[in-house]
Amino acid sequence: MDFTKLRVGDKVNLNGTVFTARDKASIFLLENDFQKIRNGIIYHCGPLIKNNKVISAGPTTSARMNQYAPELIKKYNIKAIIGKGGMDEKVLNALKGRAVYFSAVGGAGALYAKKMKVVNVYKKEFGMPEAIWEFEVRDFPVTVTMDSKGNSLYDEIKEMSRRKLNF
Amino acid sequence: MDNSELQIFVISKRFINLCFRPIPVITKQKIIELYSRCATELPEDIARELRKSKDSLIKTILENIAIAKNEKRPICQDTGTPIFYVKKPSTVKESEIRKIIESATSAATKSIPLRPNAVEPLTGKNIGNRPIIHFEEGKKLEIDLLMKGGGSENVSCIYSLPDSELKAERDIDGIKGCVLDAVFKAQGKGCPPYIIGVAVGGTIEEVAHLSKKQLLRKLDDKGKFEKVENELLKKINSLGIGPLGLGGQTTALAVKMAETHRHPATFFVGISFGCWALRRKRWTSQS
Repeated sequence: MDFTKLRVGDKVNLNGTVFTARDKASIFLLENDFQKIRNGIIYHCGPLIKNNKVISAGPTTSARMNQYAPELIKKYNIKAIIGKGGMDEKVLNALKGRAVYFSAVGGAGALYAKKMKVVNVYKKEFGMPEAIWEFEVRDFPVTVTMDSKGNSLYDEIKEMSRRKLNF
Repeated sequence: MDNSELQIFVISKRFINLCFRPIPVITKQKIIELYSRCATELPEDIARELRKSKDSLIKTILENIAIAKNEKRPICQDTGTPIFYVKKPSTVKESEIRKIIESATSAATKSIPLRPNAVEPLTGKNIGNRPIIHFEEGKKLEIDLLMKGGGSENVSCIYSLPDSELKAERDIDGIKGCVLDAVFKAQGKGCPPYIIGVAVGGTIEEVAHLSKKQLLRKLDDKGKFEKVENELLKKINSLGIGPLGLGGQTTALAVKMAETHRHPATFFVGISFGCWALRRKRWTSQS
Protein backbone atom coordinates (compact mmCIF):
# COMPACT_ATOMS: atom_id res chain seq x y z
CA MET A 1 0.00 0.00 0.00
CA ASP A 2 1.58 3.23 -1.11
CA PHE A 3 -0.65 6.25 -0.85
CA THR A 4 2.17 8.80 -1.02
CA LYS A 5 1.58 9.43 -4.73
CA LEU A 6 -2.00 10.54 -4.05
CA ARG A 7 -2.77 14.26 -3.96
CA VAL A 8 -5.46 16.38 -2.33
CA GLY A 9 -8.71 15.96 -4.26
CA ASP A 10 -8.01 12.38 -5.46
CA LYS A 11 -10.92 10.02 -4.95
CA VAL A 12 -10.13 6.42 -4.01
CA ASN A 13 -12.09 3.24 -3.26
CA LEU A 14 -10.36 1.38 -0.45
CA ASN A 15 -10.24 -2.43 -0.21
CA GLY A 16 -8.61 -4.24 2.68
CA THR A 17 -8.17 -4.01 6.43
CA VAL A 18 -8.74 -0.95 8.61
CA PHE A 19 -8.58 -0.58 12.39
CA THR A 20 -10.74 1.85 14.31
CA ALA A 21 -8.99 3.88 16.97
CA ARG A 22 -10.40 7.02 18.54
CA ASP A 23 -9.73 8.81 21.82
CA LYS A 24 -9.16 5.94 24.25
CA ALA A 25 -7.69 3.48 21.75
CA SER A 26 -5.17 6.09 20.57
CA ILE A 27 -3.77 6.39 24.08
CA PHE A 28 -3.76 2.59 24.42
CA LEU A 29 -1.82 2.21 21.17
CA LEU A 30 0.80 4.70 22.33
CA GLU A 31 1.25 3.12 25.74
CA ASN A 32 1.22 -0.50 24.55
CA ASP A 33 2.55 -2.59 21.74
CA PHE A 34 -0.15 -3.58 19.25
CA GLN A 35 1.72 -4.92 16.24
CA LYS A 36 -1.41 -5.88 14.28
CA ILE A 37 -1.84 -2.25 13.30
CA ARG A 38 1.71 -1.89 11.92
CA ASN A 39 1.79 -0.50 8.35
CA GLY A 40 -1.98 -0.30 8.53
CA ILE A 41 -4.84 2.15 8.15
CA ILE A 42 -6.51 3.85 11.12
CA TYR A 43 -10.21 4.70 10.82
CA HIS A 44 -11.50 7.37 13.21
CA CYS A 45 -14.84 5.71 13.84
CA GLY A 46 -16.98 4.59 16.75
CA PRO A 47 -19.15 2.04 14.99
CA LEU A 48 -22.62 0.76 15.76
CA ILE A 49 -22.49 -3.05 15.81
CA LYS A 50 -25.14 -5.68 16.47
CA ASN A 51 -24.36 -9.41 16.66
CA ASN A 52 -20.98 -8.74 15.02
CA LYS A 53 -22.67 -7.08 12.03
CA VAL A 54 -21.86 -3.49 11.09
CA ILE A 55 -25.09 -1.49 11.31
CA SER A 56 -23.79 2.06 10.88
CA ALA A 57 -20.15 3.18 10.79
CA GLY A 58 -19.23 6.60 9.44
CA PRO A 59 -16.25 8.71 10.54
CA THR A 60 -15.91 10.63 13.80
CA THR A 61 -14.23 14.05 14.22
CA SER A 62 -10.50 13.53 13.74
CA ALA A 63 -9.38 16.76 15.43
CA ARG A 64 -9.79 15.10 18.85
CA MET A 65 -6.94 12.77 17.94
CA ASN A 66 -4.55 15.56 16.83
CA GLN A 67 -2.34 15.12 19.85
CA TYR A 68 -1.84 11.37 19.38
CA ALA A 69 -1.65 10.99 15.61
CA PRO A 70 1.94 12.16 14.89
CA GLU A 71 3.47 9.68 17.33
CA LEU A 72 1.10 6.90 16.22
CA ILE A 73 2.02 7.40 12.56
CA LYS A 74 5.73 7.07 13.42
CA LYS A 75 5.44 4.28 15.97
CA TYR A 76 3.37 1.95 13.75
CA ASN A 77 4.29 3.28 10.31
CA ILE A 78 0.64 4.08 9.65
CA LYS A 79 -0.08 4.49 5.93
CA ALA A 80 -3.36 6.36 6.12
CA ILE A 81 -5.91 7.84 8.48
CA ILE A 82 -9.60 7.99 7.57
CA GLY A 83 -11.80 10.48 9.38
CA LYS A 84 -13.74 13.69 9.06
CA GLY A 85 -13.04 17.36 9.63
CA GLY A 86 -9.28 17.11 9.06
CA MET A 87 -6.29 17.34 11.39
CA ASP A 88 -3.79 20.00 12.43
CA GLU A 89 -0.38 21.10 11.19
CA LYS A 90 1.58 18.70 13.37
CA VAL A 91 -0.29 15.78 11.83
CA LEU A 92 0.21 17.25 8.35
CA ASN A 93 3.96 17.29 9.04
CA ALA A 94 3.88 13.71 10.34
CA LEU A 95 2.17 12.60 7.11
CA LYS A 96 4.98 14.04 4.97
CA GLY A 97 6.62 11.45 2.76
CA ARG A 98 4.83 8.52 4.40
CA ALA A 99 1.04 8.74 4.69
CA VAL A 100 -2.20 10.52 3.77
CA TYR A 101 -5.44 11.60 5.41
CA PHE A 102 -8.66 10.46 3.77
CA SER A 103 -11.98 12.17 4.34
CA ALA A 104 -15.13 10.10 4.58
CA VAL A 105 -18.58 11.70 4.66
CA GLY A 106 -19.60 12.37 8.25
CA GLY A 107 -23.07 11.13 9.07
CA ALA A 108 -23.19 8.64 6.20
CA GLY A 109 -22.92 5.68 8.58
CA ALA A 110 -25.57 3.50 6.92
CA LEU A 111 -23.90 3.76 3.51
CA TYR A 112 -20.41 2.85 4.79
CA ALA A 113 -21.69 -0.01 6.95
CA LYS A 114 -22.76 -1.91 3.85
CA LYS A 115 -19.14 -1.92 2.67
CA MET A 116 -17.68 -3.27 5.94
CA LYS A 117 -17.34 -6.59 7.73
CA VAL A 118 -16.18 -7.25 11.28
CA VAL A 119 -12.97 -9.31 11.33
CA ASN A 120 -12.11 -8.93 14.98
CA VAL A 121 -12.42 -6.68 17.99
CA TYR A 122 -9.81 -5.76 20.59
CA LYS A 123 -10.17 -3.93 23.91
CA LYS A 124 -13.92 -4.48 23.93
CA GLU A 125 -13.90 -3.34 27.55
CA PHE A 126 -13.41 0.23 26.28
CA GLY A 127 -17.06 0.08 25.14
CA MET A 128 -18.50 -0.22 21.63
CA PRO A 129 -17.48 3.22 20.30
CA GLU A 130 -13.98 3.15 21.81
CA ALA A 131 -12.89 -0.45 21.17
CA ILE A 132 -10.40 -1.28 18.40
CA TRP A 133 -12.45 -2.88 15.62
CA GLU A 134 -10.72 -4.66 12.78
CA PHE A 135 -12.82 -4.30 9.63
CA GLU A 136 -12.54 -5.64 6.12
CA VAL A 137 -13.74 -2.89 3.77
CA ARG A 138 -14.77 -3.19 0.10
CA ASP A 139 -15.11 -0.30 -2.34
CA PHE A 140 -15.01 2.12 0.56
CA PRO A 141 -15.14 5.61 -1.03
CA VAL A 142 -12.85 8.31 0.38
CA THR A 143 -11.23 11.54 -0.78
CA VAL A 144 -7.65 12.64 -0.09
CA THR A 145 -7.88 15.88 1.87
CA MET A 146 -4.34 15.95 3.36
CA ASP A 147 -1.53 14.46 1.28
CA SER A 148 2.06 13.36 1.90
CA LYS A 149 3.45 16.53 0.26
CA GLY A 150 2.14 18.85 2.94
CA ASN A 151 -1.09 19.93 1.21
CA SER A 152 -4.26 20.26 3.23
CA LEU A 153 -7.67 21.08 1.80
CA TYR A 154 -8.73 22.19 5.30
CA ASP A 155 -6.02 24.87 5.44
CA GLU A 156 -7.13 26.22 2.05
CA ILE A 157 -10.78 26.36 3.07
CA LYS A 158 -10.03 27.89 6.45
CA GLU A 159 -7.98 30.65 4.79
CA MET A 160 -10.70 31.28 2.23
CA SER A 161 -13.42 31.51 4.87
CA ARG A 162 -11.25 33.81 6.99
CA ARG A 163 -10.88 36.17 4.03
CA LYS A 164 -14.61 36.12 3.30
CA LEU A 165 -15.38 36.81 6.95
CA ASN A 166 -13.22 39.90 7.07
CA PHE A 167 -13.62 40.98 3.45
CA MET B 1 -68.95 -3.23 58.83
CA ASP B 2 -69.15 -7.00 58.35
CA ASN B 3 -66.93 -8.91 55.95
CA SER B 4 -69.15 -8.74 52.90
CA GLU B 5 -69.68 -5.03 53.31
CA LEU B 6 -65.94 -4.55 53.59
CA GLN B 7 -65.43 -6.52 50.38
CA ILE B 8 -67.94 -4.38 48.46
CA PHE B 9 -66.24 -1.28 49.81
CA VAL B 10 -62.82 -2.45 48.63
CA ILE B 11 -64.09 -3.51 45.21
CA SER B 12 -65.95 -0.24 44.63
CA LYS B 13 -62.91 1.73 45.69
CA ARG B 14 -60.85 -0.19 43.17
CA PHE B 15 -63.49 0.48 40.53
CA ILE B 16 -63.44 4.21 41.24
CA ASN B 17 -59.63 4.24 41.12
CA LEU B 18 -59.71 2.46 37.79
CA CYS B 19 -62.19 4.96 36.34
CA PHE B 20 -60.40 8.08 37.48
CA ARG B 21 -56.80 7.00 37.05
CA PRO B 22 -55.26 9.03 34.19
CA ILE B 23 -55.13 6.77 31.13
CA PRO B 24 -51.53 5.89 30.30
CA VAL B 25 -51.45 7.58 26.88
CA ILE B 26 -47.84 6.80 26.09
CA THR B 27 -46.36 3.34 26.20
CA LYS B 28 -42.87 1.89 26.18
CA GLN B 29 -43.54 0.42 22.73
CA LYS B 30 -44.50 3.83 21.33
CA ILE B 31 -41.28 5.39 22.64
CA ILE B 32 -39.24 2.58 21.09
CA GLU B 33 -41.04 3.24 17.78
CA LEU B 34 -40.28 6.96 18.20
CA TYR B 35 -36.58 6.13 18.68
CA SER B 36 -36.56 3.84 15.67
CA ARG B 37 -38.09 6.36 13.28
CA CYS B 38 -36.03 9.21 14.70
CA ALA B 39 -32.74 7.31 14.24
CA THR B 40 -33.45 5.99 10.74
CA GLU B 41 -35.56 8.67 9.00
CA LEU B 42 -34.27 12.17 8.39
CA PRO B 43 -37.05 14.77 8.86
CA GLU B 44 -38.55 15.63 5.47
CA ASP B 45 -38.06 19.40 5.86
CA ILE B 46 -34.30 18.84 6.25
CA ALA B 47 -34.10 16.34 3.36
CA ARG B 48 -35.99 18.82 1.18
CA GLU B 49 -33.51 21.58 1.98
CA LEU B 50 -30.53 19.26 1.33
CA ARG B 51 -31.94 18.36 -2.09
CA LYS B 52 -31.81 22.04 -3.08
CA SER B 53 -28.02 22.12 -2.67
CA LYS B 54 -25.81 21.96 -5.73
CA ASP B 55 -22.72 20.74 -3.82
CA SER B 56 -21.56 17.33 -5.04
CA LEU B 57 -21.15 15.67 -1.61
CA ILE B 58 -24.89 16.06 -1.00
CA LYS B 59 -25.40 13.14 -3.40
CA THR B 60 -23.65 10.80 -0.93
CA ILE B 61 -25.67 12.24 1.94
CA LEU B 62 -28.97 11.67 0.07
CA GLU B 63 -27.92 8.15 -0.86
CA ASN B 64 -27.20 7.47 2.81
CA ILE B 65 -30.59 8.85 3.87
CA ALA B 66 -32.33 6.49 1.42
CA ILE B 67 -30.35 3.43 2.61
CA ALA B 68 -31.07 4.26 6.25
CA LYS B 69 -34.79 4.60 5.66
CA ASN B 70 -35.20 1.56 3.41
CA GLU B 71 -33.11 -0.76 5.56
CA LYS B 72 -34.10 0.74 8.91
CA ARG B 73 -30.45 1.40 9.78
CA PRO B 74 -29.50 4.39 11.92
CA ILE B 75 -28.48 7.22 9.55
CA CYS B 76 -25.33 7.83 11.56
CA GLN B 77 -23.46 5.45 13.88
CA ASP B 78 -23.55 8.18 16.52
CA THR B 79 -27.17 7.82 17.54
CA GLY B 80 -26.54 10.71 19.89
CA THR B 81 -27.64 11.70 23.35
CA PRO B 82 -31.41 11.19 23.59
CA ILE B 83 -33.00 14.45 24.72
CA PHE B 84 -36.75 14.46 25.38
CA TYR B 85 -38.88 17.60 25.56
CA VAL B 86 -42.15 16.57 27.16
CA LYS B 87 -45.29 18.71 27.35
CA LYS B 88 -47.82 17.12 29.69
CA PRO B 89 -51.12 17.88 31.37
CA SER B 90 -50.95 18.16 35.16
CA THR B 91 -52.85 14.85 35.49
CA VAL B 92 -49.90 12.92 34.05
CA LYS B 93 -47.11 12.20 36.50
CA GLU B 94 -43.53 13.11 35.58
CA SER B 95 -42.24 10.01 37.31
CA GLU B 96 -44.50 7.79 35.21
CA ILE B 97 -43.28 9.28 31.91
CA ARG B 98 -39.69 9.11 33.11
CA LYS B 99 -40.04 5.43 33.93
CA ILE B 100 -41.49 4.64 30.50
CA ILE B 101 -38.78 6.62 28.67
CA GLU B 102 -35.95 5.05 30.66
CA SER B 103 -37.14 1.53 30.12
CA ALA B 104 -37.80 2.21 26.40
CA THR B 105 -34.27 3.61 26.08
CA SER B 106 -32.69 0.39 27.37
CA ALA B 107 -34.88 -1.71 25.08
CA ALA B 108 -34.26 0.50 22.02
CA THR B 109 -30.49 0.42 22.64
CA LYS B 110 -30.60 -3.35 22.13
CA SER B 111 -33.28 -3.69 19.47
CA ILE B 112 -32.71 -0.85 16.96
CA PRO B 113 -29.79 -0.78 17.98
CA LEU B 114 -28.58 2.55 19.42
CA ARG B 115 -24.91 3.05 20.16
CA PRO B 116 -24.18 3.01 23.91
CA ASN B 117 -23.33 6.67 24.39
CA ALA B 118 -23.33 7.33 28.13
CA VAL B 119 -19.82 7.32 29.54
CA GLU B 120 -18.74 8.01 33.12
CA PRO B 121 -16.49 11.03 32.61
CA LEU B 122 -13.48 9.96 34.61
CA THR B 123 -13.57 6.17 34.70
CA GLY B 124 -14.56 5.98 31.03
CA LYS B 125 -17.08 3.26 31.85
CA ASN B 126 -19.85 3.05 29.24
CA ILE B 127 -23.19 2.39 30.93
CA GLY B 128 -25.45 2.30 27.84
CA ASN B 129 -27.69 5.29 27.19
CA ARG B 130 -29.06 7.94 29.51
CA PRO B 131 -31.99 10.01 28.29
CA ILE B 132 -32.18 13.67 29.29
CA ILE B 133 -35.82 14.64 29.91
CA HIS B 134 -37.22 18.19 30.11
CA PHE B 135 -40.80 18.64 31.32
CA GLU B 136 -43.25 21.48 30.92
CA GLU B 137 -47.01 21.79 31.39
CA GLY B 138 -49.25 21.59 28.35
CA LYS B 139 -52.88 20.88 27.46
CA LYS B 140 -52.13 17.46 26.03
CA LEU B 141 -49.22 15.09 26.00
CA GLU B 142 -46.58 15.94 23.37
CA ILE B 143 -43.11 14.45 23.19
CA ASP B 144 -40.23 15.74 21.10
CA LEU B 145 -37.17 13.53 20.79
CA LEU B 146 -33.84 14.97 19.71
CA MET B 147 -31.05 12.44 19.18
CA LYS B 148 -28.16 14.84 19.49
CA GLY B 149 -24.86 13.89 17.88
CA GLY B 150 -21.58 14.55 19.70
CA GLY B 151 -19.63 16.10 16.81
CA SER B 152 -21.97 19.05 16.44
CA GLU B 153 -22.30 19.28 20.23
CA ASN B 154 -18.52 19.75 20.50
CA VAL B 155 -18.62 22.90 18.37
CA SER B 156 -21.59 24.41 20.23
CA CYS B 157 -20.64 27.28 22.51
CA ILE B 158 -21.63 30.31 24.59
CA TYR B 159 -20.33 33.87 24.17
CA SER B 160 -20.55 36.65 26.72
CA LEU B 161 -20.97 40.15 25.29
CA PRO B 162 -19.27 42.55 24.95
CA ASP B 163 -16.36 40.59 23.50
CA SER B 164 -13.41 42.86 22.76
CA GLU B 165 -11.53 40.26 20.75
CA LEU B 166 -14.48 39.88 18.37
CA LYS B 167 -15.31 43.59 18.61
CA ALA B 168 -18.82 42.41 19.42
CA GLU B 169 -21.14 44.76 21.30
CA ARG B 170 -24.48 44.08 22.95
CA ASP B 171 -26.49 44.49 19.77
CA ILE B 172 -27.61 42.62 16.64
CA ASP B 173 -24.24 43.05 14.96
CA GLY B 174 -22.53 41.70 18.05
CA ILE B 175 -24.78 38.63 18.05
CA LYS B 176 -24.11 38.07 14.35
CA GLY B 177 -20.37 38.34 15.01
CA CYS B 178 -20.61 35.54 17.59
CA VAL B 179 -22.51 33.21 15.26
CA LEU B 180 -20.09 33.81 12.37
CA ASP B 181 -17.09 33.29 14.66
CA ALA B 182 -18.57 30.01 15.91
CA VAL B 183 -19.16 28.78 12.34
CA PHE B 184 -15.64 29.80 11.33
CA LYS B 185 -14.13 27.94 14.28
CA ALA B 186 -16.32 24.88 13.69
CA GLN B 187 -15.36 24.62 9.99
CA GLY B 188 -16.25 21.03 8.98
CA LYS B 189 -15.84 19.43 12.40
CA GLY B 190 -19.52 19.25 13.31
CA CYS B 191 -20.77 17.79 9.99
CA PRO B 192 -22.17 20.70 7.96
CA PRO B 193 -24.52 21.69 6.40
CA TYR B 194 -25.48 22.85 9.89
CA ILE B 195 -28.76 23.81 11.45
CA ILE B 196 -27.88 26.51 13.94
CA GLY B 197 -29.89 27.41 17.04
CA VAL B 198 -29.14 30.78 18.67
CA ALA B 199 -30.44 32.11 21.98
CA VAL B 200 -29.73 35.54 23.40
CA GLY B 201 -30.10 36.86 26.94
CA GLY B 202 -30.69 34.80 30.01
CA THR B 203 -28.36 32.95 32.28
CA ILE B 204 -25.88 30.39 30.99
CA GLU B 205 -28.16 27.34 31.27
CA GLU B 206 -31.08 29.25 29.75
CA VAL B 207 -29.26 30.16 26.53
CA ALA B 208 -27.83 26.65 26.28
CA HIS B 209 -31.30 25.11 26.64
CA LEU B 210 -33.15 27.64 24.50
CA SER B 211 -30.61 27.57 21.66
CA LYS B 212 -30.85 23.78 21.54
CA LYS B 213 -34.65 23.96 21.53
CA GLN B 214 -34.46 26.04 18.35
CA LEU B 215 -33.24 22.87 16.62
CA LEU B 216 -36.74 21.44 17.10
CA ARG B 217 -38.28 24.14 14.89
CA LYS B 218 -39.21 23.18 11.33
CA LEU B 219 -36.81 24.83 8.89
CA ASP B 220 -39.61 26.92 7.37
CA ASP B 221 -40.91 28.07 10.76
CA LYS B 222 -40.77 31.84 10.87
CA GLY B 223 -40.32 33.81 14.08
CA LYS B 224 -39.65 37.38 15.11
CA PHE B 225 -35.97 37.15 14.17
CA GLU B 226 -36.61 35.97 10.61
CA LYS B 227 -34.69 38.85 9.04
CA VAL B 228 -31.56 38.31 11.17
CA GLU B 229 -31.75 34.56 10.62
CA ASN B 230 -31.86 35.02 6.84
CA GLU B 231 -29.01 37.52 6.83
CA LEU B 232 -26.88 35.18 8.92
CA LEU B 233 -27.69 32.19 6.71
CA LYS B 234 -26.70 34.09 3.59
CA LYS B 235 -23.43 35.23 5.13
CA ILE B 236 -22.59 31.75 6.48
CA ASN B 237 -23.18 30.20 3.07
CA SER B 238 -20.87 32.74 1.45
CA LEU B 239 -17.90 31.51 3.53
CA GLY B 240 -17.24 28.53 1.23
CA ILE B 241 -16.87 25.93 4.02
CA GLY B 242 -19.46 23.64 2.43
CA PRO B 243 -20.71 20.13 3.22
CA LEU B 244 -18.36 18.35 5.68
CA GLY B 245 -16.04 21.37 5.43
CA LEU B 246 -14.68 20.24 2.06
CA GLY B 247 -15.75 23.39 0.23
CA GLY B 248 -19.03 24.47 -1.30
CA GLN B 249 -21.97 26.80 -1.01
CA THR B 250 -24.07 24.94 1.52
CA THR B 251 -22.56 25.37 4.99
CA ALA B 252 -25.86 25.81 6.83
CA LEU B 253 -29.47 24.94 6.07
CA ALA B 254 -31.04 27.28 8.62
CA VAL B 255 -30.41 29.62 11.53
CA LYS B 256 -33.11 29.80 14.21
CA MET B 257 -32.95 32.45 16.91
CA ALA B 258 -34.80 33.20 20.15
CA GLU B 259 -34.39 35.52 23.11
CA THR B 260 -35.02 35.49 26.84
CA HIS B 261 -34.67 38.21 29.48
CA ARG B 262 -31.18 38.83 30.72
CA HIS B 263 -29.71 40.15 33.94
CA PRO B 264 -28.55 43.80 33.56
CA ALA B 265 -24.96 42.64 33.92
CA THR B 266 -25.09 39.73 31.46
CA PHE B 267 -25.60 39.27 27.73
CA PHE B 268 -25.08 35.68 26.63
CA VAL B 269 -25.26 34.30 23.13
CA GLY B 270 -25.78 30.55 23.16
CA ILE B 271 -25.14 28.68 19.92
CA SER B 272 -26.25 25.09 19.42
CA PHE B 273 -25.07 23.33 16.29
CA GLY B 274 -27.08 20.56 14.68
CA CYS B 275 -25.33 18.39 12.07
CA TRP B 276 -27.05 17.78 8.70
CA ALA B 277 -28.32 14.52 10.20
CA LEU B 278 -30.45 16.42 12.72
CA ARG B 279 -32.62 13.67 14.10
CA ARG B 280 -35.78 15.00 15.69
CA LYS B 281 -39.19 13.41 15.86
CA ARG B 282 -42.44 14.39 17.56
CA TRP B 283 -45.00 12.14 19.17
CA THR B 284 -48.48 13.43 19.96
CA SER B 285 -51.50 11.50 21.13
CA GLN B 286 -52.76 11.71 17.53
CA SER B 287 -49.64 10.21 15.96
